[in-house]
Amino acid sequence: MYILGISAFYHDSAACLINDETIVAAAQEERFTRKKHDDSFPANAIQYCVTQAGIEPENIDAIVFYDKPFMKFERLLETYLAFAPRGFTHFSKVMPIWLKDKLFQKTQILKEIENTFEKNIDWNEKLLFSEHHLSHAASAYYPSPFQRAAVLTLDGVGEWSTTSLALGIENDLKVYKEIHFPHSIGLLYSAFTYYTGFRVNSGEYKVMGLAPYGEPRFYKLIKENLIDIKEDGSFHLNMDYFDYCTGFTMVNENFNKLFGAPPRKPESDLTNREMDIAASIQKVTEEIIVKLAKGIAKETQEENLCMAGGVALNCVANGVLLREGIFKNIWIQPASGDAGGSLGAALAAYHLMYRKPRTAAITQDKMQGSFLGPKFEENEIKTALSALGAHYEKNKFQEIIQITGKALANGKAIGWMQGRMEFGPRSLGARSIIADPRSPYVQKQLNLKVKFRESFRPFAPSIMRDKLNEWFELDVDSPYMLFVADVVKSKCHKMTNEENALFGIDKLNVARSEVPAVTHVDYSARIHTVDKETNPYFYDLLKYFYEITNCPILVNTSFNVRGEPIVCSPADAFRCFMGTELDVLIIDNFVLHKEDQDTNLRNNYEDKYDLD
Amino acid sequence: MEIILELWRFLKSRKKLWLVPILAVMLLVGGLLIFAEGSVLAPFIYTLF
Repeated sequence: MYILGISAFYHDSAACLINDETIVAAAQEERFTRKKHDDSFPANAIQYCVTQAGIEPENIDAIVFYDKPFMKFERLLETYLAFAPRGFTHFSKVMPIWLKDKLFQKTQILKEIENTFEKNIDWNEKLLFSEHHLSHAASAYYPSPFQRAAVLTLDGVGEWSTTSLALGIENDLKVYKEIHFPHSIGLLYSAFTYYTGFRVNSGEYKVMGLAPYGEPRFYKLIKENLIDIKEDGSFHLNMDYFDYCTGFTMVNENFNKLFGAPPRKPESDLTNREMDIAASIQKVTEEIIVKLAKGIAKETQEENLCMAGGVALNCVANGVLLREGIFKNIWIQPASGDAGGSLGAALAAYHLMYRKPRTAAITQDKMQGSFLGPKFEENEIKTALSALGAHYEKNKFQEIIQITGKALANGKAIGWMQGRMEFGPRSLGARSIIADPRSPYVQKQLNLKVKFRESFRPFAPSIMRDKLNEWFELDVDSPYMLFVADVVKSKCHKMTNEENALFGIDKLNVARSEVPAVTHVDYSARIHTVDKETNPYFYDLLKYFYEITNCPILVNTSFNVRGEPIVCSPADAFRCFMGTELDVLIIDNFVLHKEDQDTNLRNNYEDKYDLD
Repeated sequence: MEIILELWRFLKSRKKLWLVPILAVMLLVGGLLIFAEGSVLAPFIYTLF
């Protein structure tokens, strides 16, 4: 049975195709259209899924959209009513969009599907709708390696729900508790993202990265004024300080007064104040998540926890949750944002509507390492590179490993593209920029010369799974880069008094461990464990690098520049390579050296994409 | 017309028929706004709207 899941029209449109329980393909639309967080109908992603499966459109048994537009409309109406007469300006802007467009989403989806497939099929009969948080919960539970589990989903908002607690047993999944809009941990975090001068819905990661530079001196202020957190983790926001119900910004004047200043202007200098604010909201978020987890553990008595929703991408909070030891096992959906809703919607229909049985993956999950996107054949790569005027050489894979490993050890920054693209926001060794983590200069250089992004932003380490304990205070798999843990003490450098006294960004200049490029200022790292079974090529590269350097770790960051979607095709990879200070590009068995390339092919890449 | 039927069924199943008169007024006002503005542009933020 083939089911196509779709998420679209808000942000991170994506499509996913399942064949019974097997995930055949999944991809975000942005990777094809090259528009970050693209919200358009995922026609390209759908085409890719169907082609990957080798089926005809008529073989698709059902198409499931990841949320329910009418329910969202109901929430809008009731929100306007609750706040009236405030919010008329907002109403006057939003309501026409709904009346013209969003209310007719079903018709729009049907039309888009017809346009995509160009076939005369009655899609109306096959189109289903899943609730937003059920889609998230399904994406967390069904692909997990557990026979039964408690499920926690956290995000900005779906229809009504912003947080949901569910229980999954075999093929059944029931949401038993929800927290409704406007009380939302995701929107609270986004409010601070906005206030600290970053873009809502993409800058949340920056707030998390900024937090370790600061002190949580606003923690008490937030808890006393903005949010009431109960012992079971349920919470209530004080809407006197937020604008998102009736306005077009996240926070209002009361919020600004409470924190003593207006929001930071985007791209202006970051001060210790923003760092302290980030540290404070991060601490509050961690507290809520831990309390929610304790509550759900108490209520369900389960030993396994699955998580999804945008907030589940907060890997620092996930690391705290892991260390709390509330659950024996935690599994987090790698595509936890709305893109993953497409997967959850398909799986929810398969198991809940069609009542199909579920076989839990005993040792590993069913995400196949999240390598669910397009792969390019040798002739396709060759054709694309030749058409672009690239100079390349083809080698055997073992030679590729050696060339790459040696270049890394010599301080080169490398664009690494291998096999199927990742599904979800993280690069896991299929579309990655990699470098030597031992260099104290790599973080700054990669940020400023390759990624064209803020210098404070940390990089993640990819490490051979079997070497994990020697380097990090972590003892579980983290194949999706979703847990943060500390570097082990024996690998850390002792700080001098002067170094300890540094504040804010100045902390960045101090090498804190044997792998400074991936050690954050609080000695933490966002760990990506690599094992031979799910990620063999990348594992072999790490192993070779270990053999020649005694370091089983590489810097791993997404293969893109700031504001650009992660590269998908060989052409995307080559363009990014030529637009940045990357030294070497590897695409499957092809090697490209920067010095061999025609200098006329260099392009101004820094300004090509809107800043995120 | 189908959309009205679907909305009716939806509100009935959600036991929210009390929203119907409010919806009617809002649709009227919203319709007038469309008429007055001519075109609409999606405003900022998130998945809220």
